[in-house]
Amino acid sequence: MKYAFFPGCVSRGGCPELYPAAKLICEKLGIELQEMPAASCTGAGVLQEKNELLGDTLNARTFAMAEALDLPILTICSTCQGVMSQANHRLKNLEYRAKVNTFLAEEGLEYKGNARPKHLLWVLIEDVGLDKLLSLVTRPLAGMRLAPFYGCYIVRPTEALEFEDHPERQDALEKIIETIGATVVDFAGKTRCCGFPILTINERNSMAMVGKHTSEAKDLGADAMITPCPLCHLNLDSFQPKAAAQAGRPIGLPILHMPQAIGLAMGLSPDAMGLKRHIVSTKPLLTKIGAGAAS
Amino acid sequence: MDVKLRVQRFDPEAADPKPYWEDFTAAIEDNGTVLDALIKIREDTDGTFSLRCSCRSSICGSCAVRINGHAGLACKTQAKDMLVDGVITIEPAGNMPVIKDLVVNFDGFWDKIMQVEPYLKPEGPEPEAEYIASNEAMLHLSDVTSCIMCGSCFSDCTVLEVDPSFLGPAALAKAYRFTADPRDGDENGVSKDRLEELNKPSGMWDCTRCMECVQACPKSVAPMDRIMAMRDQALQAGFHNTNGARHTEAFSDSVEHSGWLDELRLVPKSVGMTNITALVGYAPIAIQAITHGKMPPIIHKKLPQSKNIRKIFDKVEGPEQR
Repeated sequence: MKYAFFPGCVSRGGCPELYPAAKLICEKLGIELQEMPAASCTGAGVLQEKNELLGDTLNARTFAMAEALDLPILTICSTCQGVMSQANHRLKNLEYRAKVNTFLAEEGLEYKGNARPKHLLWVLIEDVGLDKLLSLVTRPLAGMRLAPFYGCYIVRPTEALEFEDHPERQDALEKIIETIGATVVDFAGKTRCCGFPILTINERNSMAMVGKHTSEAKDLGADAMITPCPLCHLNLDSFQPKAAAQAGRPIGLPILHMPQAIGLAMGLSPDAMGLKRHIVSTKPLLTKIGAGAAS
Repeated sequence: MDVKLRVQRFDPEAADPKPYWEDFTAAIEDNGTVLDALIKIREDTDGTFSLRCSCRSSICGSCAVRINGHAGLACKTQAKDMLVDGVITIEPAGNMPVIKDLVVNFDGFWDKIMQVEPYLKPEGPEPEAEYIASNEAMLHLSDVTSCIMCGSCFSDCTVLEVDPSFLGPAALAKAYRFTADPRDGDENGVSKDRLEELNKPSGMWDCTRCMECVQACPKSVAPMDRIMAMRDQALQAGFHNTNGARHTEAFSDSVEHSGWLDELRLVPKSVGMTNITALVGYAPIAIQAITHGKMPPIIHKKLPQSKNIRKIFDKVEGPEQR
């Protein structure tokens, strides 16, 4: 099982613990990842607000590179997934795709429309299969209560994300939580916005969103939150102390990247999963599952 | 078929007025809508059950409620598609105070619509007869003008949930309907005064791009897409002095010059390199990132072949594409 790997910017920047954790669990799952070192940022929806055609062209360039490798794309970032899916949805229009391809011609690239970018979350369910994942669980996270946090880009808009063809995508994260032996803590905020996109624009609102979702999950008895989005992770983890101060209450809810939780259940060490790089301490939950704290 | 519904109710005249849940079963046609089931409850089970509805054809916009947690028109939603473990959960629309059961107070919604002055404001000399706009100049507005003011987008807006001062998706989409109208604004159709207002706090830059409004809208208005297009209009009209505008420009510059995001420099460039107060405010977060090994790379390396990315920027952003 081989994929063209699209890790996104944040897993190599502000969340450097994600990239190695994802690579390690993919290795265990028998997923071979071929890097695309020249593939650009997707634009994250930010570039698109300045120029959608430009964003779509950059994504078509990445899609064309994957087509040249004859490999499907695997990403570990929900925002990248959403932005690529939206671009790919627009690029179904042949006239539009032809126009975009004129910008790629000089580099000798052409997007033929065959890319199907998939987040690791979906790859696990749709390609690897939960049975395979279960067979690799050596340290089930029994007794651990995990709140799923999808964020926005991997759940909306459902048309571009092809939810009609893949209804299993609606509760994919809950299925992963159950497969690794933990208990799902369902809460209303799981598909709401983490506030990251407006962090530097309206910090008060951004912190209110962090405080609202983490408090809600914490009050429902969650030991940790699990997310497939590194941007959500940045806001929910790095800015949680600030959000708690604004909310005027303690929160202290560890936020796990999805691959970290899976890695722990596979028996990988907390250090290998980068759990010491978290701002909200992961020690209490590691003690709870008997994995010991990250050094 | 019999449909089970779990409905959130509220009676303002109760001794202790609080929202509460009540379960109902409604007998409707197999292809019946959620609204059919709600009307059946009111007519056959409990005459005190309150809801708004009128056209039953997704035209009037009266029956927006939350169905399984997400806003939509009850009359446009087939009941059989919404069963989750055999039950449909119904709540009143969000971000508006509940008057009774599923009836909410739209005052806040209308205040925001009025705030964006939802009418043409041409600034140039008056034409001798009517204002003429070509089909080509108006066709792209057909989706945004189809808004039926149902409040679905307003209900599910994640920013309004934490900040009632935000203009919100419906009003901002309505504003775009005028900023993108060639008859509005100056002789070139640029609505500079409007954009200046919308560029202020609680306006276009406060949208968090969560797409809840795009998902909730029953009429393809896609409010968030309009807000994004309006941000481009604001940048084109020369409004660069906001954190939002600086963030977009800094992000774009980073991708143009290196191919990927320079996170380390994005924050200071967004809040303004001379905004000492804001920069000092981020210092504890930066120190925390360093001590936890989460600092983005100080030397931001360019991707291989990044010159090809720059060329794409030149071509796509060139004057002939605008």
